[in-house]
Amino acid sequence: MTDIERHSYDVVVVGAGGAGLRAAIEARLAGKRTAIICKSLFGKAHTVMAEGGAAAAMGNVNPNDNWQVHFRDTMRGGKFMNHWRMAELHAKEAPERIWELETYGALFDRTPDGKISQRNFGGHEYPRLAHVGDRTGLELIRTLQQKIVSLQQDDFAETGDYEAKIKVFAECTVTELLVTDGRIAGAFGYQRESGEFVLFEAPAVVLATGGIGKSFKVTSNSWEYTGDGHALALRAGAKLLNMEFVQFHPTGMVWPPSVKGILVTESVRGDGGVLRNSEGKRFMFDYVPDVFRKQYAETEDEGDRWYTDPDNNRRPPELLPRDEVARAINAEVKAGRGSPHGGVFLDIASRRSADYIHKRLPSMYHQFKELADVDITKEPMEVGPTCHYVMGGVEVDPDTAAAAVPGLFAAGEVSGGMHGSNRLGGNSLSDLLVFGKRAGEGAASYVDGLAERPAVAQADVDAASEEALAPFAREGGENPYEVHSELQQTLNDLVGIIRREEELTTAVKRIAELRARVDAVAAPPGRKYNPGWHLCLDLRNMLLVGECVARAALERQESRGGHTRDDYPGMNPEWRKVNLVCSSSPAGDVDVVRQPMPVMPMGLQHLFDRAELAKYVTEEELTAYDAAPSGDGAADEEEEN
Amino acid sequence: MGTQRHFRIWRGDDETGDLVDFDVEVNEGEVVLDIVHRVQATQAPDLAVRWNCKAGKCGSCSAEINGMPKLMCMTRMSTFGRDETVTVTPLRTFPVIRDLVTDVSFNYRKAREMPAFAPPEGVAPGEYRMQQVDVERSQEFRKCIECFLCQNTCHVVRDHEENKQAFSGPRLFIRAAELDMHPLDAKDDRKEVAQAEQGLGYCNITKCCTEVCPEGIHITDNAIIPMKERVVDRRYDPIFWLGRKIFRRPGMPEKPADGRRG
Ligand SMILES: Cc1cc2nc3c(=O)[nH]c(=O)nc-3n(C[C@H](O)[C@H](O)[C@H](O)COP(=O)(O)OP(=O)(O)OC[C@H]3O[C@@H](n4cnc5c(N)ncnc54)[C@H](O)[C@@H]3O)c2cc1C
Repeated sequence: MTDIERHSYDVVVVGAGGAGLRAAIEARLAGKRTAIICKSLFGKAHTVMAEGGAAAAMGNVNPNDNWQVHFRDTMRGGKFMNHWRMAELHAKEAPERIWELETYGALFDRTPDGKISQRNFGGHEYPRLAHVGDRTGLELIRTLQQKIVSLQQDDFAETGDYEAKIKVFAECTVTELLVTDGRIAGAFGYQRESGEFVLFEAPAVVLATGGIGKSFKVTSNSWEYTGDGHALALRAGAKLLNMEFVQFHPTGMVWPPSVKGILVTESVRGDGGVLRNSEGKRFMFDYVPDVFRKQYAETEDEGDRWYTDPDNNRRPPELLPRDEVARAINAEVKAGRGSPHGGVFLDIASRRSADYIHKRLPSMYHQFKELADVDITKEPMEVGPTCHYVMGGVEVDPDTAAAAVPGLFAAGEVSGGMHGSNRLGGNSLSDLLVFGKRAGEGAASYVDGLAERPAVAQADVDAASEEALAPFAREGGENPYEVHSELQQTLNDLVGIIRREEELTTAVKRIAELRARVDAVAAPPGRKYNPGWHLCLDLRNMLLVGECVARAALERQESRGGHTRDDYPGMNPEWRKVNLVCSSSPAGDVDVVRQPMPVMPMGLQHLFDRAELAKYVTEEELTAYDAAPSGDGAADEEEEN
Repeated sequence: MGTQRHFRIWRGDDETGDLVDFDVEVNEGEVVLDIVHRVQATQAPDLAVRWNCKAGKCGSCSAEINGMPKLMCMTRMSTFGRDETVTVTPLRTFPVIRDLVTDVSFNYRKAREMPAFAPPEGVAPGEYRMQQVDVERSQEFRKCIECFLCQNTCHVVRDHEENKQAFSGPRLFIRAAELDMHPLDAKDDRKEVAQAEQGLGYCNITKCCTEVCPEGIHITDNAIIPMKERVVDRRYDPIFWLGRKIFRRPGMPEKPADGRRG
């Protein structure tokens, strides 16, 4: 294979969303020659869609906020399945990462005293989300994109070449990671425009490929979300953590059918919107679970007062973590109290002035007006759950973002552990920045520590190119679009928001059947910008990841966060101590094993009341908590801030 | 359920191409992008089209629909007559790669020549203070989703390939304006650079860019005109004039570009 374009870099970042761009900036600042590879055009990654904001305990709106409170909220939201160290680093470092964006030129909305404004969101005790109207993701990605350009300008000034140290390979898809003697040696992919292959020789690869939503039928995710990074990691020998935890956002559009799943930001509720059933009832008051009862209002009056006087009132239950709200909506629709198109009503029209709505939620106004002929300043929206985010992902070392394979790093949605069983809104954008930076650092220092770079084996390159070309050779094979839609339907119906054993078993069986069909999909001829071919290759990843989700979901016999088992309702403290870890054989056979959850240091445990902790942990763990002197460690942490 | 509708979609590459007819089902509430996807799934699996968010947020699916530059994901089928043929062609100003996909690298090249945000010296991260009213002007321009419809429409480059060298286009003018109006940007020659290096003078304010902007950004009124006006102010300011002569930036022409071309 002589016709393959070859490049050599110190660090290759796969993905140009928030996590990838932040990682690339850091690697470049550490002096590494860095490549950024992405499937779409530069600046169009999925991060661009984020609406509500980025969570960081800056305390600009409520000075009582600090990292400890953010840490607590994050652990609660994740039902204590989060890797404590990731949640800790995230809570501590998020403010710096946001402020840093201002030095790159970001323009967040402001408070009256000129600081970055922060808004309320589900599960966050204080207003915490830095935002720009409801287009925060756009601001974030554009800012990082422009920072990359400014680094390129620096390099141009110095060397006469914009791309001397950092280059973006847009519309380029990585199909395989290359591993030599157990270490990362490079990445292999194709360029969409030409269909030609490209080989990146690099000792360090950062995966920042985002999520898996396109395996589900109803989703808020874009086409890019085919779980590539998850699958690449598995095939390279890394492990996926807790893939059963998939977040169904409670409010996706339900009508018209062509927009079903598109997100309705949680800010609608943060800014005063409420959920009602067909009887006009604010049903969320009936769905406050015990673990949260103390923190949520019991009457509509109290909930309404909270918006203006949060110190003396509790928040309305519409702002419970997403898993709770999604399940409640699901239950209302099932009970026959849904809206005409199978959702419930989200009403802000009767609660806020048209002016306020235009100002705070301009893109929601636009979206409903243009796509559904609904004026949200006059009528309620119809909404229902949509597959939104995967909490599960590549198992990494919290401090360096290193995966199990030396040279492989992962950050952002593709990584696992940070969000436990359920992510809080706004915690993803901040996660991208915090761990994107750490991954860039981690990769750079890994490269510094290498005596010798692993060489790419020609046989691996040949195998990768053969695999990628296989769909062209299958004459009369299946239509990839049809197989994709069946996979989506299967996961939607059988591994969706409410799960049970028989269905999960059926799902695993169906996926096995689909595997044979995926292996037989045929691409239409021609390598130049050929979406039919691209889909054939994506399908392989979607299937592998879908199998991990189904298998892990079958294994975990409890309900927690983004994993609800009809046949095992309720959380089980024993299961909280168990991480489910997926690995794959080179042939693609998935294995799921149980692994103990790392124990949170006592100093952090003592940030929680005993009574609260008791709802999540075993007797044994409580005994350990009681035995440790309270405040131990937490006090030191306090000063460090 | 659905009705059958007639579509003509341009298919081809950088060498040849033609409009191809498709009869395809259309259902209630659908947008043009849905139909293009249906064609792809059922009739032309290799039909090349860019898209991403399908919600008007990423600016990927720009095309010309019945000759009008639009986002396919935000163009509802209900805006056409029942028997109206819908013709979808690639952006005209940029070279075709395949089918509806064009080479938009022009825009990225121009973006790279645009001097970046210059952070204020001595202001630590976390210490930035700005008033909402002051950031709002720039925020309007930061709504840009880089769909490049304005670039595609601007007749300075739409019909004049030769102008691409000297002209950056409306997308970059709002970027210049955004930085110019940024309360803390430390560079103070944004307008001059726009005039001298981005070809602001070529724009003769026909407002076509503003009309096609899916984000409703007032490109002409709020960015281009103020930038032009202030350039004019300064050009006749003798002190500035002097400074400009002495500290002339490399590559800055002696005479401002002619404002009436294009
Ligand atoms: C509608 C919506 C609204 C949201 N709102 C919020 C919010 O308000 N706050 C919040 O915190 N979170 C929000 N989220 C979640 C958040 O946007 C995402 O989790 C986050 O943007 C993911 O960022 P990332 O950097 O991990 O990946 P992405 O931004 O998704 O980027 C992935 C990148 O990887 C590339 N890639 C993937 N596979 C390959 C491959 N094989 N080869 C090469 N490149 C590849 C893609 O092209 C892309 O560039 C929202 C999500 C959605 C869908």
